[in-house]
Amino acid sequence: MEASTSAAAPAEQPAIRVENLTMAYGDFVIMRDLNFTVNRGDVFIIMGGSGCGKSTLLRVLVGLKEPAKGKILYREGSLWDSEPEKRDVILRRTGILYQSGALFSSMTLAENIGLPLSQYTRLKPKEIRELASLKLALVGLAGFEDFYPSEISGGMCKRAGLARAMALDPDILFFDEPSAGLDPVSAHLLDELILELRDSLRATFVVVTHELASIFAIGNNSVFLNVETRTMSASGDPKELLAHTTDPNLRHFLTRGEE
Amino acid sequence: MTHTTLPFAPADAPRLEILKDAGMLTLRMTGVWRKDIPLPDPRPVRDALAATPPPATLRFDAAGVTAWDSLFLTFCRAVLALAGERRVEADLSGLPAGAASLLDLASKVPERQGAARKTRHAPFLERMGDLGLAVSQAVVNLFDFVGDVTLACLALLRGKAVFQRSGLVALMYQASVEALPIVSLISLLVGLILAFVGAIQLSQFGAQIYVSTIVGIAMVRVMGAIMTGIIMAGRTGAAYAAELGTMQVNEEIDALRTFGFSPTQFLVLPRMIALVLMMPLLCIYADLMGILGGFIVGVFMLHINPVQYLTHTWQSVPLANFWIGLVHSTVFGILVAMAGCYRGMRCGRSALGVGQATTSAVVTSILAIIIATAIITVACNIIGV
Ligand SMILES: Nc1ncnc2c1ncn2[C@@H]1O[C@H](COP(=O)(O)OP(=O)(O)O)[C@@H](O)[C@H]1O
Ligand SMILES: [Mg+2]
Repeated sequence: MEASTSAAAPAEQPAIRVENLTMAYGDFVIMRDLNFTVNRGDVFIIMGGSGCGKSTLLRVLVGLKEPAKGKILYREGSLWDSEPEKRDVILRRTGILYQSGALFSSMTLAENIGLPLSQYTRLKPKEIRELASLKLALVGLAGFEDFYPSEISGGMCKRAGLARAMALDPDILFFDEPSAGLDPVSAHLLDELILELRDSLRATFVVVTHELASIFAIGNNSVFLNVETRTMSASGDPKELLAHTTDPNLRHFLTRGEE
Repeated sequence: MTHTTLPFAPADAPRLEILKDAGMLTLRMTGVWRKDIPLPDPRPVRDALAATPPPATLRFDAAGVTAWDSLFLTFCRAVLALAGERRVEADLSGLPAGAASLLDLASKVPERQGAARKTRHAPFLERMGDLGLAVSQAVVNLFDFVGDVTLACLALLRGKAVFQRSGLVALMYQASVEALPIVSLISLLVGLILAFVGAIQLSQFGAQIYVSTIVGIAMVRVMGAIMTGIIMAGRTGAAYAAELGTMQVNEEIDALRTFGFSPTQFLVLPRMIALVLMMPLLCIYADLMGILGGFIVGVFMLHINPVQYLTHTWQSVPLANFWIGLVHSTVFGILVAMAGCYRGMRCGRSALGVGQATTSAVVTSILAIIIATAIITVACNIIGV
């Protein structure tokens, strides 16, 4: 969440470029030969059936799991070929919302959000607290600073997780199935929130989801992981993919199996 | 932090100018407003807003802000809150477009009334009252649990208890075979220690042979049972608390309930059965290992004839002691299983809660073991065994 009116960075350099990526657990290859580009300001959707490797791809993108082959290029350089310090610098600009929220259960919401701030900034406790309230207000949880994760609902945990992901004002936010387990209204509000944050922050979003409504509402770029061929079958604007794709699996996915 | 250590030239530091003009208060902001540079002092803004007569409108002029992040937003938010208090109208049009829309977004969902917690220091009497209520609640919970367990045992006797028989076997294995190495080591050492302590005194009277009596009676009557009880409290009781606590955190216990299973029957009962059946066996084994420890000292240090040592043990240890030891260990089995399961079932829904449940399971079981030993010892004295 960083805005600069005198932005010196060349605007059109992509936020992330993935080249020839292969991911595996041991000898078991999950996905091979992934190539795609995430541009700045994109809401990039990772689509695919359950168990095809979407969460794994996210873990590779954020440096939690080493790829078997291939490169992940951020603006600063290749994630897995950099020294650990540089990798930390790259990852400091990213924020992640985990599938289950993954809030620290022994901390209040404000402490959850304040934790990275107290680690990576020299702000005073009062300022950290104010930043935490701001982030909570942004996700519609004003006043819940002193609640523990076990005291709020699942949807609220998701939103609090989003607030924590935004703690360090990252340029790139990764979401793993943000709307899973939410009612349609909350899911829709979350979509709106993502769009609103994208417009006001100029941040980039990488979202794993299989909610068709979300995919078409927020996505302007996407990749489809095909569980049968174990590679990606298409990449691009999901609306155009729906109009033009010839891949039966993707058609099936985008039309909910009705065609 | 002094200015010289800042990574930015002073020209980049955030600066705030307050311009007053006929009921219009303008905040002219310039420079870099980011988390890595301290914010300017907000007090002049508060004073300006509190002036009499108060300004009618508040305007921002942020054209000179070269970079900003959410710290800038917290500053604006604090200023807007002050303006709201003073009923001064705020005009956000001078802020960067993204910042204005984020501030809008942050105020869209109003703060939930009554949601915010007040962390205040309660007066002494209130805290004592709360403590009293908490203690009485804990007693009620405990009786609740004991009642549940009793009902589950009755269901078991009527053959109506629902739990996984295969799980029971695994639990019994964990509570017996897997505990053998540590039980062997500790009871052997306790036997050795008892024999050493006795030997020093007894050899002064030339009564070394009575080492066998001391070790035999001490191990069989209480020490075997207490040592296995404490080992099982640390090993198995703690494991039960952690297992059930994690299941509580994962809502697995709720899932069981909604399927119509009684968690007490399904989870607590097999653990109780496993420990109640296995503890006496472990205790007998510990008795034997303890006697072996005494035997080693007697034969190799005091040069007592091995056969004589064993026959003397057999003759001088009344059989009643053996039964008393078994009563001890059965009671300990119940206590350790109950403490572990009770703490696990009452676990808070967090990682911290699981840790606390495990700790208090061990503390509770050891405390219960010691108290139960005292009670049984007094009772044995009264009935004269
Ligand atoms: N730690 C792991 N070890 C081995 N295989 C795993 C592991 N985690 C996930 N997998 C396998 O990887 C595949 C992709 O998993 P995942 O990325 O979680 O799928 P999804 O697309 O549903 O998020 C699945 O087939 C799963 O069985
Ligand atoms: Mg997943």
